[in-house]
Amino acid sequence: MAKVPMPKEKWSGAVGSMALGDGSVSLGGVKGMPFLSFEDPQKHRPLLAGEVVDDISDFPSIVLKQFGTSAEDPVSWAMEWKSKGADLICLRLLSTDPERNDTAPEKAAEIAKKVADSTGLPLIVYGSGIAEKDAAVMEAVGKALEGHRSILAYVEEDSYKRMASTAVAHKHAVLAFSNLDINLAKQMNILLSDFGVDRGDIVMDPLMAPLGMGLEYSYSVNERIMLAALSGDRMLQVPMVCDASQAWQVRDCSEEDDALGDAAERAAWWEFATALAALLSGADVLIVRGAKAMDLIQEAVNDMGGHA
Amino acid sequence: MPTAIEFFKFLPKTNCGECGHPTCLAFAMQLANQKVSIDACPYVDPSAKGKLEESSAPPVRGFNVGVGEKTVRMGDETVLYRHERKFVNPTAFAVTVTDTMTAEEISATVAHYSSMVFERVGMEFRLDMFTLRDGTGDPDSYVKAVKCLSENTDWPIILLSDDPEVIRPAAELIKERRPLIYSADRSNVEQMASMAAALGLPLALRDDTLDGMASLVEDAKKAGVEDLILDLGSASMKQVLENNTAARKVSLRRTFKGLGYPLMNCVGSGERAVMRAMLSVMKYGSLVIFESIEAQQALPLMTLRQNIYTDPQVPIQVKEDLYPISDPDTASPVLFTTNFSLTYFTVRADIEKSRQPVWLQVVDTEGLSVLTAYAAGKFGPEHVSAALEASGALQKSDGPIVTPGMVAKLSGKLEEALGRKVLVGPMESGSLPKFLKGLKG
Ligand code: B12
Ligand code: SF4
Repeated sequence: MAKVPMPKEKWSGAVGSMALGDGSVSLGGVKGMPFLSFEDPQKHRPLLAGEVVDDISDFPSIVLKQFGTSAEDPVSWAMEWKSKGADLICLRLLSTDPERNDTAPEKAAEIAKKVADSTGLPLIVYGSGIAEKDAAVMEAVGKALEGHRSILAYVEEDSYKRMASTAVAHKHAVLAFSNLDINLAKQMNILLSDFGVDRGDIVMDPLMAPLGMGLEYSYSVNERIMLAALSGDRMLQVPMVCDASQAWQVRDCSEEDDALGDAAERAAWWEFATALAALLSGADVLIVRGAKAMDLIQEAVNDMGGHA
Repeated sequence: MPTAIEFFKFLPKTNCGECGHPTCLAFAMQLANQKVSIDACPYVDPSAKGKLEESSAPPVRGFNVGVGEKTVRMGDETVLYRHERKFVNPTAFAVTVTDTMTAEEISATVAHYSSMVFERVGMEFRLDMFTLRDGTGDPDSYVKAVKCLSENTDWPIILLSDDPEVIRPAAELIKERRPLIYSADRSNVEQMASMAAALGLPLALRDDTLDGMASLVEDAKKAGVEDLILDLGSASMKQVLENNTAARKVSLRRTFKGLGYPLMNCVGSGERAVMRAMLSVMKYGSLVIFESIEAQQALPLMTLRQNIYTDPQVPIQVKEDLYPISDPDTASPVLFTTNFSLTYFTVRADIEKSRQPVWLQVVDTEGLSVLTAYAAGKFGPEHVSAALEASGALQKSDGPIVTPGMVAKLSGKLEEALGRKVLVGPMESGSLPKFLKGLKG
């Protein structure tokens, strides 16, 4: 009988690994293309982060319905995620936006601390996306979470120093954002390394464009990053975060239209497709918004031979 | 593909020039570039020719299922990763009817799936094929059902049974429509393959292991079938991912020759089916057979297929032009946007929803969305005013010019350049109906 040779690549590199929280949660360490056990026999364990926001005023009602009253309070929302098996909490401190509540950094840090203490899970903390305010918010958050290693999100090419310093000072990891381009992703990691951030403290977000809104670009950029990292490009050997919740930006993800089928179900599959593309192309951490999408993603990770 | 040197070895090296090239080496180089056919040299020994043809066969065989406008092409793939080159023939999706259904049920199911059509980015998304599953084991009942199915649809048909005697009469009846026979396995490959060969039809092979599949392929080829599609199992997502990837990899790398065929997955129904289907779309599946699927799952699945199979080098785009919507006149507003298809069709649909007459100026941004184009320096005031001038928009209407809300910054410079009133529109085109009604009032 014919014997087919297994196409096992001899990769010379691997994605770096890092520990989070009290040290018991680890991520990265991948030694082959995602979920191919003939390349990398260890169980692939991408971490799934449940998204929590501190201001639900314009949050999708489909998601709010899934979480009921617990969405009114970040701590109970995060606990709900924990009971659903989330590995991390992605906390977005939207209320710190000067155009919203302009919540003070110390106040925001309190919220983060409470979420961390009650769940015991490591956090990915975002501010409101206003770079200057975010840097101040992360200073307070980083300090409050010291001893509970988390990911501070995010830094960009033209504003990274203050948040990166905070991460170093309080031993957190920092999320390096770049825009759908392997060279920009690498450039960001080099910038941070040169600035004095240890490579083991960097995670990168090369921007996961959602299904129907550029997913194909991200799928290919991520794959190229993975291939380069495995081939030995040290400056790309850092764990990758992909934000599947961006799926909700796409109109036909969740708009009510009978011809497109049930909106809540469709949204779950829209986010799932975005997440699966991210997982197959190299995500080490996934940010997930919908409860139903999380169930589907957990099932898929297990079914691919990984372990959620 | 063999290299020029490999071709050269088989040429007579007499440099006679009859092939139209001055030397055998020059001819060999053209061969390696796939510019000419080996037949142009009259002196190549036929046995060498056979060997060369085998080694220059495409790494993944391509063939058609069905006939006419709805023909589905499978295979022809050349790369593992889509950043290298476009994935060629998009995954086809099939849904299933059975011969346990009444004629009414079959035609109702066909009608249901035929109308499951979505418009997105100016494209029509739909399913591709029907599978007829043998639920009775009775050839008469099966042939009756295939008659009914084929009268109800012009989509390609897949004949699904383990029993060659059930398939044979049905396959004979509709062989002109070039159905796919699914499937042959270790237990029935001889009969299935000889039937497929006799009728000239494509055949699906089923085995969960690469080695087992390789020997099935050998048997099917011996029986004379060339158009094969391989089902390496769909019991878990792990199986879909690893088997499809391994089979495609050995074929493209040419480390093993016997698995260079399109791949498929038969996924059943429900949530697990959709997960496996999405995986198959990304990982080398040319065909996915569903038992059934719902609209809310089909739209994201088909969007994924469209995304994955777009050309990585060329964003889908529309022509720069002035597009009239709902009969605009000289007082109608002139809105402008980019020529990225996703942007254009989103904005256009929102304007149509408003039922207000509008001139929509599309600016050539090389297929980039509003913010991407702006960030890339391809959507500045100079680009917009040039497009407006070229199309004659400024003569056709005295109405206000409206910018996308995301590039409000353009409005000042544009007003200066055009000497016309420029308004800032909403950030999301979804708010255009309200905005346009406000303009009128
Ligand atoms: C996919 C994508 C890409 C793809 C390109 C896709 C394409 N063909 O355009 C690629 C990978 C090539 C890309 C590249 C870049 N990108 Co890009 N990209 C995206 C992404 C993820 C989605 C864009 C998209 O498809 N949007 C969907 C379409 C439909 O949106 P839209 O065109 O804006 O249209 C909407 C509105 O503007 C409005 N609208 C449109 N027209 C009109 C008209 C009127 C009259 C009105 C009223 C409204 C209106 O309605 C539409 C529907 O809501 C976004 C991030 C995001 N999630 O939005 C970043 C994003 C747009 N990119 C960005 C950047 C910076 C870049 C780069 C410059 C990065 C770099 N340094 O290389 C390059 C530039 C491109 C180049 N040099 O070639 C930034 C822009 C930052 C800014 N604020 O200016 C974004 C926002 C990401 C980010 N958060 O940083 N990108
Ligand atoms: S016809 Fe054949 S032998 Fe003559 S030059 Fe061409 S390749 Fe050489």
